[in-house]
Amino acid sequence: MENGSIHTLSALVANKPGVLARIAQVFARRGFNIESLVVSPSKDGDYSRMTIGASGSEQGLAQIIAQVNKLVDVLHCYDHTFDNAVVRELALIKVAVGPEERTEALQIAQHFGCKTEDLTQESMIVMATGATEKIDALIKMLRKFSIVEMVRTGKVVMVRGEAST
Amino acid sequence: MTSADQNGYDGGQALVRALENEGIEYLFGLSGGAALPIFDALVSTRNKMKFVLVRHEQGGSHMADGYARVTGKPAVVLVTSGPGATNTLTGIMTAHMDSVPMLVVTGQQVTGMLGKDAFQEADIFGITMPIVKHSYLVKDTASIPRIVREAYHIATTGRPGPVLIDVPKDVSQAPIGNGARQPMDIPGYQVPEEGDREAIVQAAAALNAARRPVILAGHGALIAKAADSVRRLAERLQAPVTTTLLGKGAFPETHPLALGMLGMHGTAYANKAMVECDLVISIGSRFDDRIIGQPHRFCRNAVVIHVDIDPGECGKMIKPDHFIHGDARLVAEELIKHVTRLDTDAWLARLNRYKSKYPLKYRKQGGLKMQHVIDELYRLTEGKAIVSTDVGQHQMWAAQFYKTDFPENWLSSGGAGTMGYGFPAAIGAQFGRPDDPVLAIVGDGGFQMTLCELATACVHKLPIKVIVLNNHYLGMVRQWQELFYDERESGVDLEGNPDFAKLAEAYGAKGYTLRRPGDVRRILTAALEYNDGPCVINAEVEKTDNVFPMIPAGSALEDMIVEPPTEKLAKPTGST
Repeated sequence: MENGSIHTLSALVANKPGVLARIAQVFARRGFNIESLVVSPSKDGDYSRMTIGASGSEQGLAQIIAQVNKLVDVLHCYDHTFDNAVVRELALIKVAVGPEERTEALQIAQHFGCKTEDLTQESMIVMATGATEKIDALIKMLRKFSIVEMVRTGKVVMVRGEAST
Repeated sequence: MTSADQNGYDGGQALVRALENEGIEYLFGLSGGAALPIFDALVSTRNKMKFVLVRHEQGGSHMADGYARVTGKPAVVLVTSGPGATNTLTGIMTAHMDSVPMLVVTGQQVTGMLGKDAFQEADIFGITMPIVKHSYLVKDTASIPRIVREAYHIATTGRPGPVLIDVPKDVSQAPIGNGARQPMDIPGYQVPEEGDREAIVQAAAALNAARRPVILAGHGALIAKAADSVRRLAERLQAPVTTTLLGKGAFPETHPLALGMLGMHGTAYANKAMVECDLVISIGSRFDDRIIGQPHRFCRNAVVIHVDIDPGECGKMIKPDHFIHGDARLVAEELIKHVTRLDTDAWLARLNRYKSKYPLKYRKQGGLKMQHVIDELYRLTEGKAIVSTDVGQHQMWAAQFYKTDFPENWLSSGGAGTMGYGFPAAIGAQFGRPDDPVLAIVGDGGFQMTLCELATACVHKLPIKVIVLNNHYLGMVRQWQELFYDERESGVDLEGNPDFAKLAEAYGAKGYTLRRPGDVRRILTAALEYNDGPCVINAEVEKTDNVFPMIPAGSALEDMIVEPPTEKLAKPTGST
């Protein structure tokens, strides 16, 4: 969407078939794009936790959150964009680096606290975890080499302290 | 696979039992292969539910809708898989848009064939997702009783709506086993009741400070059975009341405080009241685009109070100054305790002047007018009939001229605007209220979409009066083309209409033809006295009359056109 920064929403949903489709439809019907999405079991196996990154107008997103909350299989959906929360993601980045570039690439990876998960004569896979901005900065640095593939999990969020996510 | 095991039922029988346990009275539908175990269970279980075989599944879904709107109770739509299921879509969408409770049970291919493009397999669970309140694809026979209980609860509480249960054939014919009674498991579904007291007190303070208040009553007021509360609130405040198209009946339209319907084809005085008011309290209306025109110009000098059971409606169209989340009746009752009589004499006098200056009117001279027929129906039935309309010009004139004084007497497809709704909905209404007169006021376009249900009405000898206001046109579209598209008619001429009276006779119904204004009373009287089954009155009305008042789509209420315009109008910016 043209306007608005990316919002981080978290939903606690029943672990039933079709829940993801129902939520995705709420966005799609209004022409909103989901930028990132993480679905995984919550502490209770009957429920799943979804973290959704989405951009668009504030008013539109507020309406989407209200409509998602109406879904029978959704226990709650909150916007944590402006909350005091831990927001992290993980990225795997495969960089084509030969022996002569390897040292520099490893230095960059080390600077960002990454692990090297795979190393061959012609490539390496760097695993980074952290805030989205940090991963974006890492990618910017690695672009001087040739990035062959990249997979990001998308954000996961948890509110700090006693407040619930 | 065997049918029931020795100790219990099979899935189909369990389903039928569970539906009966919920108090379901009627199932409307059409059989088919994937639903065979369920249809068999209708016979093999001793149940008191009545199955009505329809001629097309869309009609069945509108019948369940009509039944629910006049009784407040849901009926079941029972169809087979694939096309049987997809034929119900329009009815499900119509019910969803207008918050009508409905249970839709669809047969489905056996679970092992799901997703394999098997015969009559359609992903109805997926297809209906955006138009149901909730839905189920049943994979475990033992879960059927729980799912039916949940579905009924979800369909009928809060903001009601359709719930779909898709039952694969192997699931409906497998034994239910011990039939363990699974408890309902819907922790994400909560229904609010009483509104937030603090919000009510604040809204009441705003009401008490108002000088030119308007109460806007919508379908939600009827669903919550709040009509009596709305009337007492209005009388206590001495505030005028306007109703939405679907809110007709939430306040007696013959009451001195009534302004009638507002919006695109509402009364001039209702729309003027919205423009000039200093406070509007909406009780169970969702500020539909048909009634607000331009959102940013709607009631812009007024305090807005919004009472709704659906928190998703808060700020969706209009940002309220006060939002009260709760049941319309409970909130209205609580408001009554906190409000005082307002000094609205000057305000009511001003609105009464508008009523005198801009009355709803038509001419009885010249050709036969739809308004004349509707007005005469209103007089002859003393305003007491259940009226089901289709969609188009006749619908707007019926809303204007058939005053609705009682709740649950007015059926119309408001949100969806579904042509073909009126007649089957009238059938459902007549099943629900067999002792009340039912009028289906339809156009020649919409009637032809579902008139095959004449067979259904004849089989059950339902004394429905179908009034076909026949202008041989898709009249509302033609009106738009005349007013906004330089009279370029396109796709609106219904050349080839049958002789509806003869067609009725072919089905075994009674047929009448009405051509002259002088015959209106005589023929309608005869039709109203005919109670041996359905009758169809083909009223050959003026072909090119237009509905006024009119607010072009996307325009503000101030821009209402009260009389036929003499100059060319700009194309509307809103849709339809």
